[in-house]
Amino acid sequence: MIVADKKPIEEIIEEIKNHEKILILGCNECVTVCEAGGKKEVGVLASALRMYFLNQGKQVKIDEITLERQCDHEYLEEIRDRMDQYDAVVSLACGVGVQFMAEKYHSTPIYPGVNTCFLGVTEERGLWTERCQACGHCILASTGGICPVARCAKRILNGPCGGSTKGKCEIDKEIDCAWQLIIDRLKALDRLDEYEELCPLKDWSTDRAGGPRKVVREDVQQ
Amino acid sequence: MKVKTPSKLEKILAAGHYAVTSEVGPPRGSDPENITKKAEMIKDYVDAINVTDNQTSVTRMCSLAACIRLKLMGLEPVLQMVTRDRNRIALQSDILGAASYDIHNILCLSGDHQSFGDCAQGQNVHDLDSMQLIQTVRHMRDEGKFLGGGDISRPPEMFVGAAANPFADPFEIRVPRLAKKVAAGVEFIQTQCIYNMEKFELWLKMAGDRGLLDNVYILAGVTPFKSAGMARYMKNRVPGIEVPDELVKRMADTPKEKQSEEGINICIEQIEHLKGVEGVHGFHVMAIEWEEMVPGIVERSGLYPRPIVD
Repeated sequence: MIVADKKPIEEIIEEIKNHEKILILGCNECVTVCEAGGKKEVGVLASALRMYFLNQGKQVKIDEITLERQCDHEYLEEIRDRMDQYDAVVSLACGVGVQFMAEKYHSTPIYPGVNTCFLGVTEERGLWTERCQACGHCILASTGGICPVARCAKRILNGPCGGSTKGKCEIDKEIDCAWQLIIDRLKALDRLDEYEELCPLKDWSTDRAGGPRKVVREDVQQ
Repeated sequence: MKVKTPSKLEKILAAGHYAVTSEVGPPRGSDPENITKKAEMIKDYVDAINVTDNQTSVTRMCSLAACIRLKLMGLEPVLQMVTRDRNRIALQSDILGAASYDIHNILCLSGDHQSFGDCAQGQNVHDLDSMQLIQTVRHMRDEGKFLGGGDISRPPEMFVGAAANPFADPFEIRVPRLAKKVAAGVEFIQTQCIYNMEKFELWLKMAGDRGLLDNVYILAGVTPFKSAGMARYMKNRVPGIEVPDELVKRMADTPKEKQSEEGINICIEQIEHLKGVEGVHGFHVMAIEWEEMVPGIVERSGLYPRPIVD
């Protein structure tokens, strides 16, 4: 899933301080799972903002809606008839949802309510960690199912670097060395000999470097 | 091994002499004297001088410009190049720039993470890694071609090196990792500072048993302790360095005013010992911010005068 983290409320207040009719818009997908932008977080943020503006003596209307998703037209359309009631939206979806909202409701300011962090997993409640950087050309088949692009601080394809110590990364003792994980995994698979295969220069044109990306699937297009 | 480049370092190694290299770090400023003075101090005692590339991710004068300074003094630089700060366009471009000054040695590294330096909020590039940089230089030199396939007019003639750390984790892939660098085309290795002789010799023996040492020259890295504090720091705080307890004790048992002398003595003993180890082809003397000690170490280790090659 896409993992996001809540923005500090001070930053959100700064975004919306000149507006009076505000919609807090949650998303029922990834940001709900990572407890940053689902229905519950929408409620908490809305209450905090109402209290803030009340204390400031300002009349500000704050409504709450949580959509099934903010990355599909059909769900964003569900609020079309209500959008004229608001002069701003704080979207608690990931950056994708914020932008799709802005594309669809061109004349309404849409502000981000979360920081979109990475593609990751829930290791335990309250702990999410990165697994994928969406480089566009998956190499997991040759790295024992562990991604050095996402999990090595230097995205080294022929690692580990000299900074790997006792299985941890040189930048932080809390972070596993991706290459230690790869080696352990190759060993568990009885494929450690594959470690010696040189990983060739990567084609990064499918990554961010190649510009904004798209996937076109004519077989499913109508 | 057959000589493939005009590198003096390569010729000395190929002639069977122990090679001696050292290194200088460029300054945090643009004063060329900083680099030329350090080089002047050691030039007659080493065959080639490594110039570090923004070491520990702290912004400094660029390695290439400092190498050109050395070249203009008639010295033999080893251009250290990290993949942290440049993409494949810039790496190839800097290699050609170095080649235009007939810089004949390159050391391919990934570089410390930028979070250790003065621009912790910066991006890192790592378009290539150190193995792929080795492949790139060899490709440019041997095929005379760019990575993109185009022909290079006057290809670089560089002796290609890399670092190796026999003590980094995990130990079991230390030799496979060297094998990988050899397969990538590395021709000489400068190792991390060696204090744990037993483990270093085990690594060399394992490498030798696999036939790797027939294809690569190993320059053993040595660094003298300035003090007992430094020995403890290297032991406890520097990742990938193993300092045996007895060496820390020996430094600690030495009166403070004699410690630097003892550090030099230890370093010389290490070189003397390593001379007897099969597979050691030379020494990389890293006297960190202590360049003035290099001549004494080299001389007292019986490595002076340096051989003359054509």
